[in-house]
Amino acid sequence: MKTGIVRFPGSCDEVDALEAASRVGEAVLLWHADRDLQGVDAVVVPGGFSYGDYLRPGAIARFSPVMEAVAAFAAEGGLVLGICNGFQVLCEAGLLPGALLPNTGLRFVCRQVECVVVNERTPFTRGCGAAERLSVPIKHTTGRYHAPEVVLEGMEAHGQIVLRYAPGRNPNGSERDIAGVCSEQGNVLGLMPHPEHAVDVLRGSDDGLRLFASMREHVDAARAVA
Amino acid sequence: MRARVLVRPKAGILDPQGKAVERALPALGFEGATNVRVGRLVELDVADPGDLPAMCEKLLANPLIEDYEIVA
Amino acid sequence: MSPSPTATRAAYRELGLTDSEYELICAKLGREPNGVELAMFSLMWSEHCAYKHSRKLLGRLPTEGRHVVMGPGENAGAVDVGGDLAVAFKVESHNHPSAVEPFQGAATGVGGILRDVFAIGARPIAVLDSLRFGEPAASARSRFLLDRAVAGIGHYGNSIGVPTVGGEVYFEAPYEQNCLVNAMCVGVAPRERLVRSAAAGPGNVLVLMGASTGRDGIGGASVLASAELDEADEAKRPSVQIGDPFEEKKLLECCLELLERGALVALQDLGAAGLTSSSAEMASKGGVGLEIDLARVPVREPGMEPFEIMVSESQERMLGVVEPARVDEVMAVCARWEVGAAAIGEVTSGGRLRVRRGDEVVGDLPVAALVDECPLYDLAPEPPASSPYPAPAATLDEDASLRDVLLALLASPNLASRRPLFERYDCLVQSRTVRRPAQSDAAVLALPDAGGLALSIDGNGRRVACDPYRGTVEAVLECAANLACAGAEPLGLTNCLNFGNPEKPHIAWQLERAVAGMADVCRALDVPVVGGNVSLYNEGVEGPIDPTPVVGMVGRLPDVARAGRLGFVREGDGVALVGPPYPPSLAGSELAKLRGEPLPDHLGEWDLEAVIDAIAAVAEAVREGWVVSAHDVAEGGLAVALAECCLGGGIGAQIDTGRADDPLALLFGEGPGRFVVSGSADGLEALSRRVEVLPCGTVGGQRLSIGVEPAQVDVLLDDLRQVHEGGLAAFMA
Repeated sequence: MKTGIVRFPGSCDEVDALEAASRVGEAVLLWHADRDLQGVDAVVVPGGFSYGDYLRPGAIARFSPVMEAVAAFAAEGGLVLGICNGFQVLCEAGLLPGALLPNTGLRFVCRQVECVVVNERTPFTRGCGAAERLSVPIKHTTGRYHAPEVVLEGMEAHGQIVLRYAPGRNPNGSERDIAGVCSEQGNVLGLMPHPEHAVDVLRGSDDGLRLFASMREHVDAARAVA
Repeated sequence: MRARVLVRPKAGILDPQGKAVERALPALGFEGATNVRVGRLVELDVADPGDLPAMCEKLLANPLIEDYEIVA
Repeated sequence: MSPSPTATRAAYRELGLTDSEYELICAKLGREPNGVELAMFSLMWSEHCAYKHSRKLLGRLPTEGRHVVMGPGENAGAVDVGGDLAVAFKVESHNHPSAVEPFQGAATGVGGILRDVFAIGARPIAVLDSLRFGEPAASARSRFLLDRAVAGIGHYGNSIGVPTVGGEVYFEAPYEQNCLVNAMCVGVAPRERLVRSAAAGPGNVLVLMGASTGRDGIGGASVLASAELDEADEAKRPSVQIGDPFEEKKLLECCLELLERGALVALQDLGAAGLTSSSAEMASKGGVGLEIDLARVPVREPGMEPFEIMVSESQERMLGVVEPARVDEVMAVCARWEVGAAAIGEVTSGGRLRVRRGDEVVGDLPVAALVDECPLYDLAPEPPASSPYPAPAATLDEDASLRDVLLALLASPNLASRRPLFERYDCLVQSRTVRRPAQSDAAVLALPDAGGLALSIDGNGRRVACDPYRGTVEAVLECAANLACAGAEPLGLTNCLNFGNPEKPHIAWQLERAVAGMADVCRALDVPVVGGNVSLYNEGVEGPIDPTPVVGMVGRLPDVARAGRLGFVREGDGVALVGPPYPPSLAGSELAKLRGEPLPDHLGEWDLEAVIDAIAAVAEAVREGWVVSAHDVAEGGLAVALAECCLGGGIGAQIDTGRADDPLALLFGEGPGRFVVSGSADGLEALSRRVEVLPCGTVGGQRLSIGVEPAQVDVLLDDLRQVHEGGLAAFMA
């Protein structure tokens, strides 16, 4: 599997994502001004503060040339993982439903959190057990997931809620404790926790590696069918 | 022409900044301020004011969570 | 030379120069300086740039050692960490700007120290900070400064993608008017890629990169950094510099790419005194001259005067020296990173700094006079007849039980959990963090080999106020002890000397004694001082701050898989106290503070050699795996250290210290060189063959029990946790 990590001006966790993705395959950086996705099998839109988070987090990045290519890639069923700022970018771009609002505490929070895998049948969670708990850090100011009630109901029905914060551990006031959601087709996932910062027990946890390994499995399986 | 766009959280969306200001005012001796909402003001020169609604819908505001108001 | 406003007596005095300094400038020039030149001299001859009251003292510090790659004088110091890697680091103050506007003051403090580190070609990999405020319970202003300074540090560090991995904060009344915000940055680079800031090669081009130049911080260095703060703070607000971490993130990546390509001859950041000091220092170090055309400097506002452009402290700017043949390449790289760049002048031979605006020469000065010929002053130290510091307000009854004393200490602002602060910092970005805040006494970062770096920053102003010499020695020992608990040995040290007005004899005495202490302990530890910063005139209307030498240390450990933890780990492990058997003393302790005791004029006795041996033994014990946890006994003494070990591991302990004539002093006395460790019986046995060890209990359960015959302290872990976690959180609502 070849994973492309988008690099915007102001991205911060792109090298971390590159290192994490490299643990399950090949990984390259994709420059924000390029439309060429270099034939990757999956795209990661990483964390950080693209364009300084000015105006609204993700609002300016979504209009970059690379995001046009990522939208087309997603429309063809390509795997797109948006982490933290990447999740915000994907919501702004309309590739995922909903929006991220400032944390109810209004402050940046960096903390290891427990997440529950709500849907283990997505390309990103197929290697996880049902209701498995993952220890992954969060670090953000704008991570309170919001979508209109009727949209949330639809998402629940379609299995689009993929990760929730463990009961009582919601760090930002997200509706229904939502930590990560996927598109209706399931090939685009956005989450506030940072799986790329949970790939080595020496640094606290390797639970995040499951997501990258799942993507690899999915790509390999799709290739085998083809 | 000079235009102003006021962007504020949609009614019903929790606005923790507004809540924080609302809590702070009585502490400073200002009683009776309620329903505080904190938004932002965008000022810009535009050639064609007719572009403003589209600019707001696409970039200046996120219609899912924010209302906007164009002030001449 | 164009006509220019005559530099009047009032003008140079306003700018902080003395009559004799002004006369010296006229003598060196053979004429009176014009307005632009006077502004430049006033900055370069300010305390901030010239260190005129401290330079002679600083010469006493040891700066050489086998690991040193770059010593004082460059933008940051650097040490060799093996594997062809160098680690660059420096701590710097941003105290006065933070007292005026804490969010931007702290944010730009971080921005400035980051630039110092990438200016020498190192990628910043960690930030630590050292903060001091007035008492939060008594002062709404201190709570405000704390909240906003922490927000500013987080804003800058988080947004630029450099983890804030450690720090310290203390609260004492003397900081009420004059808070301290010191930031330390650590960077890493291949050894051969480090660059110096010396301009070279007449004909080479000066390229100004980054943000455009506005009126920010004009007069900042000379006005903000050299005068005591007073009621006029409000009027100074417009000159506050505003930080833009997004701009700096692009600038950082751009500069590192330029250095990787070998496209820069030299690089220097623009900090205090802006273009004036960066250009003058680059020229001075290279023994060359520079010619600058202000008409080519991109400005943010129309109508900026030449002197404004020369002294502006607009943030996020760097000055590079480029060979003419590579200017196009440099411009292209800058454009790709969306970083502004302009060729604003060139290197000349002859040692003059000439400033033009178009064809008009607006300043022409000898570089040496600006940079190297500021008069240096001798201090007139004299110990004070009585302590200038009032006794702290009592917050604890004389007859409080041992249990109540322990809980009160754990809840006190100086000892309570720092979680409400460090959770506002990204400590993980860049994927090196092996020990996060509160996991170990030092932050631990992984290096590309199996080894790692341990980082700590420490200071204890109240103890230095009691005894400047011993207090400073203790601060350095504390820093080394923190590294030892992570399993590391120190490679180098950076310091920031925060003191009051050195022209006052008792402040001069504090400064002189503190530097003497630092020099002696650094020699004893064999740790060189590779860089630092001095911040003087930290006084408010009520008096000087506590003298606060802050030390940052970088150490290396061979195997990060064995990095130490502070919390107890396993049920059934033995607990032991390591350290020389001197009696702990309550003099200058946190308990003495809670009881409202006046500051004593001495601290408890200890033996430097024995302390250093204990520190080395603990580092060895952690590395060898003889112990599974190690924590130094610091503020609050043994009982607080034990509680922290329990809380850190989420597990209790049963401790018996035997008989004590003075249980309070045994449990809460302070002094350097003591540690609480835990481990298997075999491990502790191995350690006891290396150093004196007092086995004193067992890990287990959900309560901390300490027997001090005939007394007993017994507290549930939940109760400890509640007061410890709530102590600072209460002030951060």
